[in-house]
Amino acid sequence: MADVSTAATATTTEHEHAHPGIGVYVKIGLILFALTALEVAVYSIASEPVGLGFGAMLHPVIVPILLVLSALKFALVAMYYMHLKQDSKLFSGVFIFPLIIAAVVIVALIVLFGYHHAFQQMIH
Amino acid sequence: MSHDTAHALEHPTSTGLDNRKLAIWTFIGSECLFFASLISTYLVYRPKVLQRGIGPFPHEAWTSPTGQHFEPILEIKLVTIGTALLLFSSLFVVIGLNGAQRGKRAQMLGGLGATILCGMFFVGMQVYEFTHFVREGLKLQTNMFGASFFTLTGFHGTHVTIGVIWLITIFILALRGQLPKEKALNLEMAALYWHFVDVVWIVIFPVVYLMK
Repeated sequence: MADVSTAATATTTEHEHAHPGIGVYVKIGLILFALTALEVAVYSIASEPVGLGFGAMLHPVIVPILLVLSALKFALVAMYYMHLKQDSKLFSGVFIFPLIIAAVVIVALIVLFGYHHAFQQMIH
Repeated sequence: MSHDTAHALEHPTSTGLDNRKLAIWTFIGSECLFFASLISTYLVYRPKVLQRGIGPFPHEAWTSPTGQHFEPILEIKLVTIGTALLLFSSLFVVIGLNGAQRGKRAQMLGGLGATILCGMFFVGMQVYEFTHFVREGLKLQTNMFGASFFTLTGFHGTHVTIGVIWLITIFILALRGQLPKEKALNLEMAALYWHFVDVVWIVIFPVVYLMK
């Protein structure tokens, strides 16, 4: 019993070294904050009246840019704050598999309703 | 050997992982599908809002048939502050967890307290936003935007509220000295849920507030 307890304590200590320290958490926090600021900046620039400089150029690509920034933030939180980078791969599987299904559901519904809408417009 | 195996040594399981942690991850996986359905509903109905011509609209000004003028209803500045605080709350909860796992009580309590405050601000921000929208004439039944917006952000806000209550419970236990290093997993589960609520908002914020 004592051996098990000692082993548990030893492995917990090993794990603590495996998890990132506060320094890494703070760096990730600052990156997340910077990415959010970038998102809002992209939105603000693209919101300028059409036909004016950089904003007009940015307007057609605002959605892909926001999606990439959002995906980056999502991945950073999942990998470092939720410890998927260090923890068992089973946890990653249990999270990522439904995430893939969720993404497929979103894309499928948008495409299906898009076609439905186009079909209705064709009829009328 | 990992932390999960260490727990398994205390409570042997067939996977070698702690069942409670596996359970919270499975729950989070199911929540991904729940929010996917709400986000896709919002994205499907959003283009129909302008076509039907009944405002208020998220990003466009609108004049009603009675001549009443409405500005775009979303308040990006306020929600950006809420978003930043929710992101920082994820940092605070992981600092608190770090303290709990190392037996540093002050760090754990400080991290938890800051997380709870950020969560409360976020919920308050959402209550203000909802109240403001209703005053501006946007209700659940006004148009498709109202219906899908209140449903999506309302369910997220409910999740944040549950997270705040969960964290307050753990904070009280920690204050009473009932959350020793060996029970840090109790906080880790709440932290995982809190991070999930954060990543959902990471998706909702650009989809609802920044994409036109």
